[in-house]
Amino acid sequence: KLDIKIPIGMLFTIFGIILTVYGLVTSSDAEFYAKSLNFNVNLWIGLFMLVFGVFMLILAR
Amino acid sequence: MPNLLTLGLIDYLIIIIYFVFVIGIGWALKRYMSSSKAFLEAGRSLPAWVTGLAFISANLGALEVIGMSASGAQYGMATTHFYWIGAIPAMIFLALFMMPFYYGSKARSVPEYLKLRFNEKTRGLNAIAFALMTVLASGISMYALAALMEKLLHWPFDVSVLVSAGIVLAYTYLGGLSSAIYNEVVQFFIIVIGLFPLVFLSLKDAGGWSGMNDTLAQVAVDKGYQAGAWTQMWSHSGSAASNPMGVEWFGIIMGLGFVLSFGYWCTNFLVVQRAMAANSMSAARKTPLIGALPKIFIPFLVIVPGMAAMALASKGTLSLEMMPDGTPNYNSVITSMLSHYYPSGILGLGLTALLASFMSGMAGNVSAFNTVWTYDIYQSYIKPGQNDNHYLKVGQIATIFGVVLSIGAAYLAKQFGNIMDFLQMIFSMVNAPLFAVMFLGMFWKRATGNAAFWGLLIGIGCAMVHHGLTIPLGADPAAVIKGGWISVVHTYPSGMAQSFWTAIIAWTSATVFTVGLTFVTKQMKTNEELGGLVYSLTPRIVDKDDKWWNRPIVLALIVGALTLVLSIIFW
Repeated sequence: KLDIKIPIGMLFTIFGIILTVYGLVTSSDAEFYAKSLNFNVNLWIGLFMLVFGVFMLILAR
Repeated sequence: MPNLLTLGLIDYLIIIIYFVFVIGIGWALKRYMSSSKAFLEAGRSLPAWVTGLAFISANLGALEVIGMSASGAQYGMATTHFYWIGAIPAMIFLALFMMPFYYGSKARSVPEYLKLRFNEKTRGLNAIAFALMTVLASGISMYALAALMEKLLHWPFDVSVLVSAGIVLAYTYLGGLSSAIYNEVVQFFIIVIGLFPLVFLSLKDAGGWSGMNDTLAQVAVDKGYQAGAWTQMWSHSGSAASNPMGVEWFGIIMGLGFVLSFGYWCTNFLVVQRAMAANSMSAARKTPLIGALPKIFIPFLVIVPGMAAMALASKGTLSLEMMPDGTPNYNSVITSMLSHYYPSGILGLGLTALLASFMSGMAGNVSAFNTVWTYDIYQSYIKPGQNDNHYLKVGQIATIFGVVLSIGAAYLAKQFGNIMDFLQMIFSMVNAPLFAVMFLGMFWKRATGNAAFWGLLIGIGCAMVHHGLTIPLGADPAAVIKGGWISVVHTYPSGMAQSFWTAIIAWTSATVFTVGLTFVTKQMKTNEELGGLVYSLTPRIVDKDDKWWNRPIVLALIVGALTLVLSIIFW
């Protein structure tokens, strides 16, 4: 009876929110993102995970 | 010595949330575990997309993520042979020709199919060998995870072993095979999203695809190969000496592409079990094909970062860990890159992806072990004829037992550093003759049980003799694991070439002896008993229910065409 889209959607939404918020909070710290070639990898991956997570939850509505 | 990785609070938060979720999935499934079929076979109730992703995720363990990145750095684009010739054709064959027998025969495991098709002793031989191999493989995953965490984060080895074992035990004990499969689907998505930024960042740093190719051309020339040796698949496979893998085209096609690949994908119960958990014959046949679609593109996720690491290391942009003998430690490629490119936050996700890959390998092996132990060993030889509730309890106890044995195997691996080589050697010796026997059993109704049993044993014996008489270039015969422990009559250009040829010898001898012995032994099975088990005695499946574009044959054509196109592009 378990619809696996629900835990995937929830997990990705939670990770997406955490990484997006963290990416926004650290976005002014240029030194922090020097490692990732000045690309705010937390923000963009966070946004992608958030969209994917919500999409999975919509599929499981 | 400082940690190679420094985790922040957010990284720990991501890892802990992931662990809570995987155990939560097991907990959510606990109330459905009311029979041995539900616990050990997932009730044969799962949709094709779930079993398809689990099929590929169960194989996306530590060996794949760490090992294929290492091979990408060491051998370049030729590593994709392990996917486009060494996996996809076998997955198509399994889907179209073998799943109808596995699923349609109602066998609950691969060893049980061997019993139905051949006899009890062939089943027993396979069940015991498989149970031992799964426990060893699970223990090696556990050891590799603990050793990596000890090196990267200075987490104590014992703590890593016990925590990873505890988490895998929790979700496989609570939710059985369903929990392992559902978690493998989650792990698949986590591994892809956790490693994808590494592909993007490493390629960007290497100057894009063409920049990486230019640098790798120089790397190849510096090592005495032609310029394209690191960036082309087939162009340099004319002879073993002209490519960094040290294997010629025949060894690649016959050894890897046919014997080892078909031996693994078509007979290994660990992956076949995922397809057998599907909710219909059509879903079971589509499972390997749905798994094949992401499998085609996984080289871009794990091999390309390895190639980029090699290019960056040669330019001095990235420093790879060195071995005591001065050669790069290729197994540290992924972790070196995580440390180099990932800031806190995404680092937690990348590390979670690595942990997920280790744990999917462990759980896959444990869930295959408890099924084979319960059905093929306990129910067959120890206590037959009990009620279903008894076998459900045995399956649950076997899960605990399997995890405890895996912990023992992890400490054994710590004791003997080359146990991974040992397991790989055993796999190539056992899987190749098993595929020969299975193939003859499914497609030749004359093949007899006694011939299969002896063909299997002789195939394994011939593989051992071949291993004992050959050695890879530069290996020490005193290190028994590398071969040459009888006498050295032939030296292979690489360990990979020796492994491929061991498999070819094992498959050929098992085939020849099974065919030969069939003509001098009596067929004990009637045509009625072999119905549904042998190709010529089984009605053809007509996929009427699916739309034309959703039929296994159409999916197989799409998968085959995609693989062919990519092989031509990177020829």
